[in-house]
Amino acid sequence: MDLDIVELSRLQFAMTAMYHFLFVPLTLGLSILVAIMETVYVMTNRPIWRQMTKFWGSLFGINFVLGVATGITMEFQFGMNWSYYSHYVGDVFGAPLAIEGLMAFFMEATFVGLFFFGWDKLSKTAHCVVTWLVAIGSNFSALWILIANGWMQHPVGAVFNPDTMRMEMSSFYEVLFNTVAQAKFVHTVSAGYVTASVFVLGVSAWYLLKGRHIDLAKRSITIAASFGLASALSVVVLGDESGYDAGLNQKMKMAAIEAMWETEPAPASFTLFGIPDQEDRETHYAIKIPWVMGLIGTRSLTEQIPGIDDLVEEAHQKIRSGLVAYDALMTIREQRDATPQAVRDTFEAHSDDLGHALLLMRYVEDPRQATEAQITQAANDTVPMVFPIFWGFRVMVGLGFLFIATMAFFFWRSSFKGQTYPRWALRIAVIMIPAPWIAAEMGWIVAEYGRQPWTVDGILPTALSVSRLSVGDLLITIALFATFYTVLFIVEMGLMLKYIRKGPVQDVEETEAWTRKHERRLRSAGSDDLMTTPAE
Amino acid sequence: MVLFELIDYDTLRVIWWLLLGVLLIGFAMTDGFDMGVGALLPFLGKTDLERRVIINTVGPVWEGNQVWFILGGGAIFAAWPPLYAVSFSGFYLAMFLVLAALILRPVAFKYRSKREAETWRSGWDWALFVGGAVPALVFGVAVGNVLRGVPFELTPELIPMYPGSALGKLFGLLNPFALLCGVVSLSMLLTHGAAWLSLKTEGAIAARARKIGQKTGLVTIGAYALAGLCLAFFVTGYSIVGDVPADGPSNPHYIEVARGGTWLSAYLARPWIIIAPLLGFAGMWMTVQGLKAGREVSTLLWSKLGIFGAISSVGLTIFPFLLPSTLDPTSSLTVWDASSSHKTLFIMLVATVIFMPLILAYTAWVYSVLWGKVTEQDVTENSHSVY
Repeated sequence: MDLDIVELSRLQFAMTAMYHFLFVPLTLGLSILVAIMETVYVMTNRPIWRQMTKFWGSLFGINFVLGVATGITMEFQFGMNWSYYSHYVGDVFGAPLAIEGLMAFFMEATFVGLFFFGWDKLSKTAHCVVTWLVAIGSNFSALWILIANGWMQHPVGAVFNPDTMRMEMSSFYEVLFNTVAQAKFVHTVSAGYVTASVFVLGVSAWYLLKGRHIDLAKRSITIAASFGLASALSVVVLGDESGYDAGLNQKMKMAAIEAMWETEPAPASFTLFGIPDQEDRETHYAIKIPWVMGLIGTRSLTEQIPGIDDLVEEAHQKIRSGLVAYDALMTIREQRDATPQAVRDTFEAHSDDLGHALLLMRYVEDPRQATEAQITQAANDTVPMVFPIFWGFRVMVGLGFLFIATMAFFFWRSSFKGQTYPRWALRIAVIMIPAPWIAAEMGWIVAEYGRQPWTVDGILPTALSVSRLSVGDLLITIALFATFYTVLFIVEMGLMLKYIRKGPVQDVEETEAWTRKHERRLRSAGSDDLMTTPAE
Repeated sequence: MVLFELIDYDTLRVIWWLLLGVLLIGFAMTDGFDMGVGALLPFLGKTDLERRVIINTVGPVWEGNQVWFILGGGAIFAAWPPLYAVSFSGFYLAMFLVLAALILRPVAFKYRSKREAETWRSGWDWALFVGGAVPALVFGVAVGNVLRGVPFELTPELIPMYPGSALGKLFGLLNPFALLCGVVSLSMLLTHGAAWLSLKTEGAIAARARKIGQKTGLVTIGAYALAGLCLAFFVTGYSIVGDVPADGPSNPHYIEVARGGTWLSAYLARPWIIIAPLLGFAGMWMTVQGLKAGREVSTLLWSKLGIFGAISSVGLTIFPFLLPSTLDPTSSLTVWDASSSHKTLFIMLVATVIFMPLILAYTAWVYSVLWGKVTEQDVTENSHSVY
């Protein structure tokens, strides 16, 4: 087993996936925000709302295209770099990906063209419906991708078939309604909504600081703060749901998040701060809050959360049981249909642990030849790198609470303080623009790095999943990806900034005509509404 | 009796083989003209305005068209996992080239008009050229290599192995026969793009498109015929040894394969498949004639028929093979030993039956909304909103 290839393949996947996820959350959220703005336009007929739709829509477009383009890489890469993975679980994992294309991506991609090109070709209502279809398509897309990803975290509804040497779907229903996948979906799309809200809020705050496009900025803040507050609350609450699920189904990840080396008596305490030390298996300078972890992880005061050491011991047992399955599998492979039923029964009884035996293939070609030391080593391998997971989680959660506070503040000012915002708050809003991206990437590090050493938890080790390419192959593509993606990122940021600086294309005449027409009604409403001020 | 057993495993495999064809042909028919238009762009548009007209003929639709390809990839993954695993990793650097082109293209469409500078725009014009020409060529090269067989083998654990260095493998793909197939696909999609432009533009651009399309159309016919001859004389075929169950487990080692003879013996065993290449030739020929005579809608339809004939002729000729192996023929992937499980194929079929008609309906609606020619006036009047 050539470990360089495993490490390089992982590097490339991490690089391209994290890059892809720079664009996805904004697409998820901004598509909905734009659709909301256009709905207001259809309902009120006020030109400013159409201008807002078009302005945020143009930023959406610049971002959307890179999300789509880098998404193709993700789909290709499973086959290109993870071919044994693709063979081993394609029967289960491929289905949600293909349905994503059928149900969601086709819809989103077909209608996004009309969103940009159809303003004069469609009625107002029809165009608004198109916008919603883009938003719904994007979000459905996330649903199917996260069903696929959720299965990697918690593989349900599948069994190993010794004849085809792979996992096969036993229940589509279980794959679909996998609790981990559902929790992940709502958590991830909420994170997307928060990202877009922080983005819209930040850009609008910058306009207010500069005294530009006041009418657009104030309306945008109102929408972003209300939508953002709801999303920020849900991202934290539903993130807690994810945590609860991890506690049930991915105990090792949970223990790593907590840097919990030994099983504590229930209810476990939450380590607020600490420096996890993988070598010594302890957490230095730990500051602990009693009870909290036990409550999050088990929602009870009596249930225990197992610590890392106990889980390693469990892995030991599973490797041994997996070896029994592996031995039976070899017999089945030799004798095919002639295999005695007893051997098939033995395989069935131990097949759940087959994946653990495969962990040994990092060290020895035939796992049955493994020494005690190698078994111990493989069991120890089931512990992911604790430090990045421990801290990734804390940064993410900390930012999550910061988003709630910010959104709540702006919501309060927008609803009860006549849409006046102190300059310091506006400045904070601008500075905060990158924060949701950091939180999202940290979330993925916890989820994916925390799943190591598995690509599919307990089923298929990462080291076995890769394509047997040459180091040369990988170095070439990694270098080209890095160059190509960097250039695209610079181009994208350049355009984003250019279009933000340029601001909306406001049709002053149209706005004024509308204001004149509705002057009486506006005045009778008794508001000297700043928001009717046409563009400068 | 369980629900998914309503349809036999072997029937489902054939259905999914057909659906794979539908997706690839759908991709070539729709995104094919986008690629053709991109590759023709530097030659047909003399001024920036002309180039904008050309780009905007596909501006609103390329994104949806490209999904045919993405869905094709997804369907291979879900319905033919071994094929997906072996082909995507076996053609590693070639796949990367296609990928880079497919990333470049959307970005070029979207970003080109966002700045005025001439270098900016001409840079993206070349990106569109590369994004159109490279995949069009590589797809044909890939088909050529599938026909010749690909050097891979499957271990007993079914791990795909492909010996050789990175660049060695890439250049190994560029053999004369595969390049000839690349010429077929490139010129076919260029012609398709020209047929699209003659429908969607007017005046000088349409005239230039018709002229170039007639030439590339003739090249397609010649190269396609030549590839057929090569297939008869220079390319070794494959065949399954003995009678094998069509509903056996998807394990390529269970079916023995021999290398030898010619693919064209399929035309003796199943004479009716001659329809496919004949339709291909008819479509290509009528496209050339239509471009000459200035017919618009019918020419595009003939061009689609030509694509249909050409692609289906490959699939029908090598059936039931999907990806033959030169290194270890028994590792070859066929329709009978490289599919997903019975259940997954059934579930995916249900999903397709539900969603495919919807996709076709809304795609048709979008095209009808956008019906009509794109003119220079359209572009100048909507300079902000179009590409």
